Amino acid sequence: MRGGPESETTTDERHSSQVAFDVNDARRELTLDNRTTLLDALRERLGLTGAKKGCDHGQCGSCTVLLDGSRVKSCLVFAVTLDGRSVVTVEGLAGPDELSPLQAAFVAHDAFQCGYCTPGQLCSARGMLDEVTRGWPSAVTDDLTTPAELTDAEIRERMAGNLCRCAAYPHIVAAIRETATAR
Amino acid sequence: MRPFRYHRPAGVAEAVAVLAAEPQAAYLAGGTNLVDLMKLGVQRPDLLVDVTRLPLDAVEELPGGGLRIGATVRNSDLAAHPVVRRDYPVLARALLAAASGQLRNLATTGGNLLQRTRCVYFQDTGKACNKREPGSGCAARHGQNRDLAVLDWSDLCVATHPSDLAVALAALDAVVEVHEPDGPRDVPLAALHRSPGEHPERETTLARGALITAVRLPHLPAARRSAYLKVRDRASFAFAVGSVAAVLDLDGDVVRDVRLAYGAVAHRPWRAYRAEEELRGRPFSPQLAARAADAELAEARPLRHNGFKLPLTRAITVRALTELAEGTPAP
Repeated sequence: MRGGPESETTTDERHSSQVAFDVNDARRELTLDNRTTLLDALRERLGLTGAKKGCDHGQCGSCTVLLDGSRVKSCLVFAVTLDGRSVVTVEGLAGPDELSPLQAAFVAHDAFQCGYCTPGQLCSARGMLDEVTRGWPSAVTDDLTTPAELTDAEIRERMAGNLCRCAAYPHIVAAIRETATAR
Repeated sequence: MRPFRYHRPAGVAEAVAVLAAEPQAAYLAGGTNLVDLMKLGVQRPDLLVDVTRLPLDAVEELPGGGLRIGATVRNSDLAAHPVVRRDYPVLARALLAAASGQLRNLATTGGNLLQRTRCVYFQDTGKACNKREPGSGCAARHGQNRDLAVLDWSDLCVATHPSDLAVALAALDAVVEVHEPDGPRDVPLAALHRSPGEHPERETTLARGALITAVRLPHLPAARRSAYLKVRDRASFAFAVGSVAAVLDLDGDVVRDVRLAYGAVAHRPWRAYRAEEELRGRPFSPQLAARAADAELAEARPLRHNGFKLPLTRAITVRALTELAEGTPAP
């Protein structure tokens, strides 16, 4: 792993905080070392291992979750900041025994190979489709003053924050396109 | 990562007072740069003052025209704002060309302006860097410096400022509202960032503890015809190897007014005043745009690996201005 010292420990209670936030519609209360990212809180304290740790530096997108409805990289958010806020992970996109339309489209289009990036792709796509519904433009939108049409080029640009090392991109684009069309 | 205390201030004045009293404290906004640098050990604050819940998240239209953007307005919300899209397309384009959807949903207006260089030597605690550790040397000066500065660098530091937003704001003559321990003041965007000189560790002209509270855009009808052109190593989600923000106001074919700023060439967003002087009052042509860029870049001192930035910056100047000149005026 790249980076700075990871081994520093703290026994100073000023370095920990109590925090309460919703995860997949259930209130969770935790006492956390302030250094704990949302990703680590989900995976190591709450047993929600859907969000994946890829790069841990905000570059790969495999840790993407929805925070108050917006897609974010959970490796770059300290959990201590989240008091009163609401998080949805891949485990919360549909009930335990069902698939959301987006998840079903990923299966139908074979939009993954190893699957490691898939939870992040799904949460990112969910957030991205909501952004399109709100009329948000992207870097490839020609006319900023009218709502963008969701072409394949738009999908690719808007999903640029999610890498897939198996390069399942064509199938990911197809699955998202089908979900958007069906909406 | 170094352990840290966490504080959520009740107001701007309290936040500034805490920062001023705590030498190793840092503000936390979107965190997309700071959290990463803390993981890398490049920044080691012992207290984070979380400003994201302060009431600084509004975008207001000003009575005489213009826009006031709160410091914690997220990059994605600002890019999607209908007035920004209609009246300041250069700003919307710069935001949309930056980072990824997930990062824009976190990153704030104020934090974007204060983000740190992406010089790889700055980010690597195993390398000499005068910005990270004053007096330790600059491994980039004679290292792999393809992505670094061509203008206004010093022997102590050749880093560039990575923001796209700041380049657009420089072209728009934006004003940054800050609250310092002595009280509030306005800082023109062009005067916010410093040249590296003898003190590359000092990146802005702000006092210790200063908090950006808003950015004001002046009423600038000409900005409806504006563009941001960014060149990068891949099609999306990458920092610029060259960028230009341009506003062009033509009277017939004569340049009545023009605003130009460059990214990825210097330690701060680079307002191209000399190029503007060359252009103003003359009939526009691509050749004139090229001469203007050359005038701006006359004092450039490319490093070993980044000489390409001069023809690149010249080319994007010509292209951005020519496309604006040929485009139909915005409605």
